[in-house]
Amino acid sequence: MKISGAEIIVECLKREGVRHIFGYPGGVVLNIFDLLYDEKDLQLILTRHEQGAVHAADGYARATGRPGVVLVTSGPGATNTVTGIATASMDSVPLVVFSGQVPTLLIGNDAFQEADIVGITRPCTKYNYLAKDVKDLSRIIKEAFHIATTGRPGPVLIDLPKDVTGSKTEFTWPEIDIRSYNPTYEGNKWMITQAAHLIAKSKKSVIISGGGVIISGASKEIRELAEHTDIPVTMTLMGLGSFPGTHHLSLGMPGMHGTYYANKAIQESDLIIAVGMRFDDRVTGKVDAFAPHAKIVHIDIDPTSIRKNVRVDVPIVGDVKRVLTVLNKVLKEEVKEQWEEVRRAWLKQIDAWKAERPMTYTYSNEVIKPQFVVEKIYEITKGDAIITTEVGQNQMWTAQFYKFDKPRTLLSSGGLGTMGYGFPAAIGAQLAFPNKLVIDIAGDGSIQMNIQELATAVINKLPVKVAILNNRYLGMVRQWQELFYQERYSHTKLDESVPDFVKIAEAYNAVGLRATKPSEVEPVLKEAFKTKKPVFMDFIVDWKEKVYPMVPPGAPIDQMMFEEPEKKPEKKLKVVK
Amino acid sequence: MRHTISVLVENKFGVLSRVSGLFSGRGYNIESLSVGETIDPQISLMTIVTGGDDWVIEQITKQLNKLIDVIKITDMTELDHVEREMVLIKVTPRQQDKAEVLNLTEIFRGRIVDSSQRTYTIEITGDEKKIEAFVELMKPMGIKEFVRTGKVAIAREGVKKKQ
Repeated sequence: MKISGAEIIVECLKREGVRHIFGYPGGVVLNIFDLLYDEKDLQLILTRHEQGAVHAADGYARATGRPGVVLVTSGPGATNTVTGIATASMDSVPLVVFSGQVPTLLIGNDAFQEADIVGITRPCTKYNYLAKDVKDLSRIIKEAFHIATTGRPGPVLIDLPKDVTGSKTEFTWPEIDIRSYNPTYEGNKWMITQAAHLIAKSKKSVIISGGGVIISGASKEIRELAEHTDIPVTMTLMGLGSFPGTHHLSLGMPGMHGTYYANKAIQESDLIIAVGMRFDDRVTGKVDAFAPHAKIVHIDIDPTSIRKNVRVDVPIVGDVKRVLTVLNKVLKEEVKEQWEEVRRAWLKQIDAWKAERPMTYTYSNEVIKPQFVVEKIYEITKGDAIITTEVGQNQMWTAQFYKFDKPRTLLSSGGLGTMGYGFPAAIGAQLAFPNKLVIDIAGDGSIQMNIQELATAVINKLPVKVAILNNRYLGMVRQWQELFYQERYSHTKLDESVPDFVKIAEAYNAVGLRATKPSEVEPVLKEAFKTKKPVFMDFIVDWKEKVYPMVPPGAPIDQMMFEEPEKKPEKKLKVVK
Repeated sequence: MRHTISVLVENKFGVLSRVSGLFSGRGYNIESLSVGETIDPQISLMTIVTGGDDWVIEQITKQLNKLIDVIKITDMTELDHVEREMVLIKVTPRQQDKAEVLNLTEIFRGRIVDSSQRTYTIEITGDEKKIEAFVELMKPMGIKEFVRTGKVAIAREGVKKKQ
């Protein structure tokens, strides 16, 4: 029996185990939307902007580990997905994005709502397709899911001309074989043995655990490695949750806003074991001065990540979980060391650094410190929540003051640094885990970048909580202006223009709460967490507060700036009523 | 250092722009690029001449390998190989230079592929040095037009010595 391209798409999605699609309709995807009208097993979540749809699918994917699926129309519908796709690409998130396209005969004619989305997304997808023939459709979809979810995951886009979804063919579910795509999963055994011997020889090692550990599901293995060899672990932003933040071997996050002790440990180390991370400039600081005494073992599934930014002594290409399993085995069976003995002095040194410069901020009775809000969220949830963030100070304070113990509990745009990511991502995560507490820690700037998705949350009864750290500034940029641009606050002061978030929440039929004093923080949080609806919490926080420690851009990571005791008398704080 | 890289790719639309986009997006330079079908019409071969230190060349080959449509990469510079490119030169020699043009073409094992009252079109094949030398010699003859293919390269096979 012949079925239409649209029916093929629906059938393929079901066979891939998809239950939720995020999307927005339009002219050229009507063939597919028409089928979804009667569809029971595939639920489309209508967002209020295509960017929101992609971030929601991204949040869904990061929270579950399964691919997120997006369906949008051609032209502006497709171009609106670009930021979301680039976000997913940078952070290795599996997505399959279906975009409508004008009929094949009109392609290239500057037709209404035509955009060359395959060309536009070529550099920010793992792969993309223009499906020109309905006969290729099922193979393309199967390949797309395969490519998106294997190796180093990433977004794949399929462009669907309207005539392709409309024309009919026999359905087939082909075996796929992409001869030019063969990710390496098994690490080279000889290299792994080399790594084990370096670990045995080293006195001052550090593990840097990145997002790859979470993607690969290797939290158990990384913990086993750390505990067996008594090596402290620092987790990159993407790696937070890969190793328990409350563990005695945890050093917290390294890099620009990392902990003093993580950066110190890296700079003084004689061996770095980098796992599923890619030495981003926010981690390394000045590359030439990064870990000057250390040999580097680098484990990653993506060969291009290795020796891209830093020199590597032992490169191991492979799936992190499989490589660590072998490494742990080699360490236990072939390299017998009295680890505790070897590491004692090093761990003592790290404890001294921890005591010297702990992660801290100055509490105030009068004004809400943003870090205090993050701490309270952690305290009340006991870490049993999915946290998303926007980008900027809110993101860094979350990374610093919330202890992530489990993988897939922090969803944050690390690579691209996309403001407006956290709220739709929270919606996606909430859809995947309806009974979990999902909290977006936001800023007053970022939340306004996808605030329209409040409608999506309300109508789909997705009770996400948004904690807005409202400082009436684009805080992170303001911080740089204060520190490096002589306090010239060019276009970062939002001030009166910040809307009343409580009223906005109410206008959308959600709940709005506000705290202006430190004593109100806990009651507001508790009430929000009890509420079965989406909640905007407007925390009026100290606008002067900065993210510390901070490594100035381009400096080595042990040249850190810390919070200085305030010299000037406190300026009067302006509170938006 | 200059490297000649052979890239076997799926013969599909869009592959060339994936490869060229990779170079432009990451700030690598393409000195020359030639593409053609192989014996298997589903596969094309690209020969790319690019430059950079070992660090950059390693990244270029890894990044190329990462492209889904790339089947195999060979850095010819690491192997004993033969490189060739071809030029077509249209010259307008004065009457007294015509014999010299024919003479030089002969010496360089070129061929006259077209001629008119005022012009010769010469085809020259060879490695870069040979072509550059020929072009230098033709300059005083009055080059009217000049087209050059990119480089193509193939590895040499080892020859066993007879005992």
